Amino acid sequence: MTTLAPPAVRVPETSRTTGGRGGSVTWMALPAFLMFFAFGIIPLVGVLFLSFTTFDIIGTVVPSGLTSWKAALTDPGLMNSLWVTFLIMALSWLFQTPVSILLGVFLAARFRYRGFLAVFFFIPLMISAAAISITFKALLDPSFGLGNGLHIDALNQDWLGKSNLAIGVLIFIVSWQWIPFHTLIYQGAVRQIPTSMYEASQIDGAGRLRQFFSITLPQLKYTIITSSTLMVVGSLTFFDLIYVLTGGGPGDATNALALQMYRLGFQSNLMGPASAIAVILVLVGLSLSLLLRRLGGRADESQLEGA
Amino acid sequence: MVATTSHQAPGSHAVRRQPSPRPKPSLGRRLKQLNWIGGGFSWIWLLVVMLPLYWIVITSFKTQDSYFISNPLAPPTSLTFENYKTVLEQHFVQYFLNSVIVTVGAIVPAVTISFMAAFAIVRGAGSRVLKTINGVFLMGLAIPLQAVIIPVYLMVIKLQLYDTLLAIILPSIAFAIPLSVLVLSNFIRDVPKELFESMRMDGATEWGTMWRLAFPLTRPALVTVTIYNALGIWNGFLLPLILTQNPDRRTMPLALVNFQGQFGVNFPAIAASVTLTTIPLVLLYAIGRRQLLSGLTAGFGK
Repeated sequence: MTTLAPPAVRVPETSRTTGGRGGSVTWMALPAFLMFFAFGIIPLVGVLFLSFTTFDIIGTVVPSGLTSWKAALTDPGLMNSLWVTFLIMALSWLFQTPVSILLGVFLAARFRYRGFLAVFFFIPLMISAAAISITFKALLDPSFGLGNGLHIDALNQDWLGKSNLAIGVLIFIVSWQWIPFHTLIYQGAVRQIPTSMYEASQIDGAGRLRQFFSITLPQLKYTIITSSTLMVVGSLTFFDLIYVLTGGGPGDATNALALQMYRLGFQSNLMGPASAIAVILVLVGLSLSLLLRRLGGRADESQLEGA
Repeated sequence: MVATTSHQAPGSHAVRRQPSPRPKPSLGRRLKQLNWIGGGFSWIWLLVVMLPLYWIVITSFKTQDSYFISNPLAPPTSLTFENYKTVLEQHFVQYFLNSVIVTVGAIVPAVTISFMAAFAIVRGAGSRVLKTINGVFLMGLAIPLQAVIIPVYLMVIKLQLYDTLLAIILPSIAFAIPLSVLVLSNFIRDVPKELFESMRMDGATEWGTMWRLAFPLTRPALVTVTIYNALGIWNGFLLPLILTQNPDRRTMPLALVNFQGQFGVNFPAIAASVTLTTIPLVLLYAIGRRQLLSGLTAGFGK
């Protein structure tokens, strides 16, 4: 999967086909390849190059060695964003995983209301992060939101104005949108567990709780890794949600890595250091997915692709 | 959102037309007993999911005055469409059309060329060039759009495409390709070899085989891939934010954020704008729920 092998530039011109008439179909792959090369591979190589330059939003690129890297790495903002990103990653994982497993296991069973539940359950997946952020922002508004309207003081906080609360709200919204998705993954996986395992354990006298911990959870191991990879790597790229919800605030409390890159590059006009952060983003993402893959101990590349 | 996290590698079971054969009743009963906690939990989570959606819909039908004095969770005493009118008057139709142009303009070429590439990768197995191309696509699954947005921005400027819808379309096509090729090639691989062979016997060219044989057989996967990518592009925020400037080029998510700034504390109008932008997707969901959900998880959970 994500091995950093040099992109396929040095492909031999003549296509050698070992079996069949591969040569006659090769050209069909070219439109897609060229398109992806132009807007995927070139920018990826480009961002590494750009991190060793200085330029502004107008776009005159001047090579400048390590200047941009130095600026990026000595900026206290970077440490803060790494910490914020880690916090969001860890907390949203801790909240989403148990809930998704529980719901997934439940929805996998035959159950009268399941169809009905499922219809509404997945709606959050359709809605744009911008729409979701706007909705919650209005809902949590201290003066005109839900808490004030219902006169419940506990709900009536300055949710987005205090650092800890803002992080909490962010994690709640992420979970609100993504728990259905992970539930779907777990639901599919639970359906694949052989019935005979439960029957055998029943004969051995295992209770339900015991079955859950001794059969269901171990059988879900690879699914947990897959789902966690998606959560962890995905949380590196939260941008729209934070941009609309808090804009990184209060202060820098929710200023995650992708947002920090945007602010530095497109708002402070420091494109070089912003490119350096983009490179860090790619490296962190790659190492995390490789780490989780190692953890899974299975070389099934297709299961661990995160983006 | 969707597009950023679920670039997953699907297997050949990417499209499940039915939610797979039901588990045997004994397992069903077992799991049902096992999960009464999960049952209660599901209902609670459903409530959590539905509450904001419910709130946004009822609020969109309230007048601004009545919103401030009424219970926020009570349905409106009298329906008003004033808020929708307000939103529609703000060039909403223009933004809607922009989103349609970007989504259709990106999806059609993206799925077409991905399908061709997938066909070539399956039919030309053994070709070193194709193997390399496939490897590049697999690697591409791991590239987040956020990380390459600065070079993409530079390229768009150099191509003199800044502030056009085409600027959004081109990178959207590129980033739809890796996953689409993967899903489609896994699917085409399941087409029996004999069918290809018999087409060849009949003197069909590879090009003809692709459109007349592979294309119809791959339709479920094509639908899945189309819906999945459409969702990501329709909801896309970063590309329009960075690559356009003119208000006339706004797509819906961007327009929405702007409405929010413009309407201030006119929550009913904000609610109406959110409702309006979300309706097309909820309709899509109502029509193709199965395809959509299988597209979202394309092949995990095995």
